[in-house]
Amino acid sequence: MRNDLLLLADSRLPAGGHAHSGGLEPPATSGAVRTVADLADFLHGRLHTAGLAAAALAAAACRHAGNGPDPASWLVLDAEADARDPSPGQRAVARAQGKALLRAARGTWPSPVLDALGDAHRARRTPDGRGPHHPVVLGVAAFAADGSPHDAAAIAAYTAVSGSASAAVRLLGLDPLGVHRALADLSAAVDAVAHEAAGHAEDAWADLPAPSAPVLDGWAELHLLADLRLFES
Amino acid sequence: MGGYHGPDQHHAAPRYGRPLRLGVGGPVGSGKTALTAALCRVLKEELNLAVVTNDIYTTEDADFLRRNAVLDDDRIMAVRTGCCPHTAIRDDISANLDAVEELEDRHGDLELVIVESGGDNLTATFSQGLVDRQIFVLDVSGGDKVPRKGGPGVTSSDLLVINKTDLAPLVGADLAVMDRDSARVREGRPVIFSSIREEPAVPKVADWVRARVHDFRHH
Repeated sequence: MRNDLLLLADSRLPAGGHAHSGGLEPPATSGAVRTVADLADFLHGRLHTAGLAAAALAAAACRHAGNGPDPASWLVLDAEADARDPSPGQRAVARAQGKALLRAARGTWPSPVLDALGDAHRARRTPDGRGPHHPVVLGVAAFAADGSPHDAAAIAAYTAVSGSASAAVRLLGLDPLGVHRALADLSAAVDAVAHEAAGHAEDAWADLPAPSAPVLDGWAELHLLADLRLFES
Repeated sequence: MGGYHGPDQHHAAPRYGRPLRLGVGGPVGSGKTALTAALCRVLKEELNLAVVTNDIYTTEDADFLRRNAVLDDDRIMAVRTGCCPHTAIRDDISANLDAVEELEDRHGDLELVIVESGGDNLTATFSQGLVDRQIFVLDVSGGDKVPRKGGPGVTSSDLLVINKTDLAPLVGADLAVMDRDSARVREGRPVIFSSIREEPAVPKVADWVRARVHDFRHH
């Protein structure tokens, strides 16, 4: 395992992740997730829906980054990411996180491809648009850090569950050792999702996996209406 | 009390073409928002300024500033910090930088951006990547031992404000002790005692901020 990729996967990368619960805060607040076992179920569901979609987008982005800087094409992949995210609030959050990751990645692994991605999005500032979608940035960042599409998918799948898990420790006071055990128990599933996602790296973008999780989408919208919330998403 | 007239000991490199970024940090309830609001009221006629608030749970602080109309709405942005107010100003400043840059884009000729942290504890301090100068706000009601306990905000902030001095007799806090202990741990960096309730225009703090903005622009 190469050091650059460990840095990219590390939650200490200053890319704004600490302010997001990966969709966990609404079910934690409503009582739908209370225990480590509940959390394990939540993570399993998230991994196979939002996690798979993100991992496939990241793998495709990493693969495409190998073609060199091409600003216009990034907007097409970004539109595919939009199409896989039915919640407007969640899309705005994915773009805010993408913008933060782009800042961190450009500062850490300077690369013309990351610059091209940033330029494409600066040229087109949409109302909810703060930056490119997070998985797209992650794929390009993995490329800039000399990673493969499979590496990009693995990091996306891992962060899809690790972010929610650490939010659970903070929101619910769950035993951190129990939470890490749950993450370890998910390892084979995370690897399998990464493998599956990497297998789509060469697909036409419209054919990338588009699994849906309507409850997560609904919760994401409700979260934005909540008066009291600790996490941005 | 605690006046400091020596050379500025802060070595952050000046960055031209943008406003001074000033952090205001400190424990919950010490008066950060009240101080920020007072500075806005006093300085808005003479300086082009904007504010980023960091709230742990709500947008309470931004709402307070808006309700009290100390600044126009489009000069105030709220950042939510996911359980960790200190992370958002120190370890991972991306959301705050984003807000600061958004305000700077919106108002091209800003001279001062105040970043008010979420209420935290004595370990909170701002990253040099986010702010050029920082004020740490304590209040006397936490007891006169607090400056002695140190922490980066108490020891190293560019200005320590000890607020609510009007409460000192009620809580049995000895201001002379706080002054002596602060001076000992701060190695000459300035301390200002204040009571925003009695002196809403916070003249000494406002003067200190004016001087920092002036230094930054003419460095």
